[in-house]
Amino acid sequence: MAGLAATFGSGAMTNSIDELEYTDLILATGTNTTENHPVIGMKIKRAVKQQGTKLIVIDPREIDLVKYAEIWLRQKPGTDVAVFNGLMNVIISEGLYAKKYVEERTEGFDALKTTVEKYTPEYVEKISGVPAEDLQKAARMYAKANRASIIYAMGITQHISGTDNVKSTANLSMLCGNVGIEGGGVNPLRGQNNVQGACDMGALPNVYPAYQQVSNEDSRKKFETAWGATLSSKPGMTLMEIMAASGSGAIKALYIMGENPMLSDPDLHHVKKELQNLDLLIVQDIFLTETAQIADVVLPVTGFAEKDGTFTNTERRVQRVRKALEPPGEAKTDWEVICGLAGKMGYPMQYSSAQQIFEEITSVTPSYAGITYRRIEKEGLQWPCPTHEHKGTKFLHKDRFSRGLGLFTAIEFMPPNELPDKEYPFLLSTGRVLYHYHTGTMTTRAQGPSERCPESLVEINPADAEKLGISDGQLVKVTSRRGTLEAKSRITTKSAPGSIFMNFHFTQAPVNILTNPALDPTGKIPEYKVCAVKLEAA
Amino acid sequence: MEKKITLTIDGREILAKPGQTILECATSMGIFIPTLCHYENTTNVGACRVCVVEVEKARSLVASCCMPISPGMVVRTNTPAVRAAQKMIVELLWSSGDHNCLTCEQNGQCELQNLVYWLKIDKPRFNIEPPGFAPDDSNTMIHRDLNKCVLCGRCIRACNEIQVNEVLDFSMRGSHAKVGPAFDENYINSSCVFCGECLQVCPTGAITYKQAKFAGRPWELNKVRTTCTYCGVGCQMDLFIKDNQIVKVMGNRDYGPPNEGSLCVKGRFGMDFISHPDRLKKPLIRRNKNEELQEATWDEAYTFIADKLSAVKKAYGPDCIAGLASARCTNEENYLFQKFLRAAIGTNNVDHCARL
Ligand code: SF4
Ligand code: SF4
Ligand code: SF4
Repeated sequence: MAGLAATFGSGAMTNSIDELEYTDLILATGTNTTENHPVIGMKIKRAVKQQGTKLIVIDPREIDLVKYAEIWLRQKPGTDVAVFNGLMNVIISEGLYAKKYVEERTEGFDALKTTVEKYTPEYVEKISGVPAEDLQKAARMYAKANRASIIYAMGITQHISGTDNVKSTANLSMLCGNVGIEGGGVNPLRGQNNVQGACDMGALPNVYPAYQQVSNEDSRKKFETAWGATLSSKPGMTLMEIMAASGSGAIKALYIMGENPMLSDPDLHHVKKELQNLDLLIVQDIFLTETAQIADVVLPVTGFAEKDGTFTNTERRVQRVRKALEPPGEAKTDWEVICGLAGKMGYPMQYSSAQQIFEEITSVTPSYAGITYRRIEKEGLQWPCPTHEHKGTKFLHKDRFSRGLGLFTAIEFMPPNELPDKEYPFLLSTGRVLYHYHTGTMTTRAQGPSERCPESLVEINPADAEKLGISDGQLVKVTSRRGTLEAKSRITTKSAPGSIFMNFHFTQAPVNILTNPALDPTGKIPEYKVCAVKLEAA
Repeated sequence: MEKKITLTIDGREILAKPGQTILECATSMGIFIPTLCHYENTTNVGACRVCVVEVEKARSLVASCCMPISPGMVVRTNTPAVRAAQKMIVELLWSSGDHNCLTCEQNGQCELQNLVYWLKIDKPRFNIEPPGFAPDDSNTMIHRDLNKCVLCGRCIRACNEIQVNEVLDFSMRGSHAKVGPAFDENYINSSCVFCGECLQVCPTGAITYKQAKFAGRPWELNKVRTTCTYCGVGCQMDLFIKDNQIVKVMGNRDYGPPNEGSLCVKGRFGMDFISHPDRLKKPLIRRNKNEELQEATWDEAYTFIADKLSAVKKAYGPDCIAGLASARCTNEENYLFQKFLRAAIGTNNVDHCARL
């Protein structure tokens, strides 16, 4: 997010989902789309099979999309920057880049050019394991496509070099003039239903709604007036900083709405200690999650089908959520609870409906200003939608980037924080599977998906399994410097030799007791995609 | 602009875009031609021939879903010959399956049942001889009873052309023809990913939503449109509700983007968590660190929190308080949450787990 914002001036998906079906080339990297965004995966497969769209996959795992790809670059996990620099090296040295576009719409090209010079296909092959020839083929194919879209997900962001990875995708896209056109762009696929909306609404430590900086005096004044309160100009702490500060005692009280860091955060043993150190932990959720179990106060709230409101999807489309059910027991909507608390704290917040809150949102959020519940009754609108007449925005940065000129960033490759060694010879990546979602609070309580996928499996390459004498379905023990767990094995070529994969959906095998909390310095995202482990039969 | 052509359907002349089929052209004029196998955005196969029409100068009836219009064409959709052919087809389908509407989940929304009614057929002229297939009861999501299959092939096209999951196909031919996963496997042992597109397109009760069985008749269900709560695609979906329970979840092609009626397994079959007995129903408070969580009233909970938060704020300042909002909550809730921390508490310590 931070990466795209710095490059273009906006961190959102530049283009729309349906454009993927009608473009010339899709480059998918760090996204297991058919499992994590199945309906987008479906459109990509349709594009390839029915529209003749070319697909390049850059991913260490042999994901389902590989079957549909014209070229698959299987890089070693954490070497994305090198691969992207390599692609650009070929494109620049062969003169295949969009010279006019680069000249007119971007800045920083010379520095980029100098940096990528040393990333020759041969050099990149040494770092990433991607054959030089394949890299060249992919580079030429991408550069020669009229319109090419890059899509990525957490396989790109969950590294200590996550922000650099994102900037690299943006570099490549701009280099070939693909940003600001239909069917092009750089498109982060959001993992959770309302990540985009939570960001848009200012659930971030440094910005108010619509990314208005808390440190900017004009913005602050505007919100002080709108909210009738004095506001702090000091940017707050990020999630991982909050966790650390809870452990050190700098944070005394933590209010968690609908999240379960006890299963989702890296290095879980540590997280538990940090949370238990708080004077007050408030958890508001629909279930007694792992985090709620250690809270001081647990507040029961409504699920998505029991309330009205809006979600903003990954393509910036603001869509209605509607109440279909009465909530159980005394559960209230999250917003009613917040208002109840605010009243007790001496700051009355009174609303009669979600719609009334939305009206307040649109009055302080310029990109949402033109949206009303009535306008999105039948079909959601994509922000920016500044006026009631505006039809919403299908793709961003047409003619001009939000920040003016698009900014190339020269980036050097940096290896992952923790690499396999003698003691911990395997590389562990984590992620999701089709049948489950996030920390599994919801899907492990759904009968169908659980029947199809009842437990966490450790995906191991057949060669490794043979060496270790592990058979399919056997219980194995996985140990990192931070913890150990047991789960059944799944022998599959999806995992490259030397790499294993696990999902983080299950309490029974909480993979995040193993993962490395090392953070990307800008994005503050932990390195879930690479840590060193050892593997043995249990 | 493309040149338009003139043709006549049921005595009405129309200027139409070439390249359309007779079916498309008639539909655009508001003329109803019944179909079974036809499904928009998939290949026209002309398999069921329920859509037959008379075309002047043609030697026999033609399947309107496959026949392109041509200049001067004269089409009749409602002649005795057309109706006789349609009745024959439908009676054959009826008699070669086990169409017992009394126990069928599709009763009231079955396209075969509707056709029988529309064609005013009392009973088939042939003996009813169901094939006697064992139903596929292998999983809790999709129920398959091929005794009700009319071999329209919609499920196959949906699986291959809409979802591109490439699981379903015809096996055998002729009177032994069957649809299903490769090697005649049941769903759970196949490569099926349970997107449920096949059950959504099946015109009869052959492929149905298993958990909806006996959970409510179509006309008893209340339909509410909403947005999926799982991934960032934000699929539009209909929840079908009875007695405060979600009976089933369906996509709806009329809703357009972002999913045009398609869903995945999580959206379609992953919603039963909402009525799970584990749901929290009352506020809980742990009054002392070493005690258990105990039920409380809302007022007690609010007071407990407000007292503690105020004390912390007073003793250590607002920046000793932090909040984590949620990518699963609505915009309205996230907005109020950050407003609460910023305006009511006075800190910018607010983040959410989207980084993850
Ligand atoms: S559920 Fe989806 S994948 Fe499975 S057979 Fe039906 S259409 Fe194909
Ligand atoms: S199962 Fe349903 S959709 Fe598939 S061929 Fe039979 S009747 Fe048609
Ligand atoms: S139905 Fe599947 S693809 Fe659609 S939003 Fe829900 S989880 Fe995502």
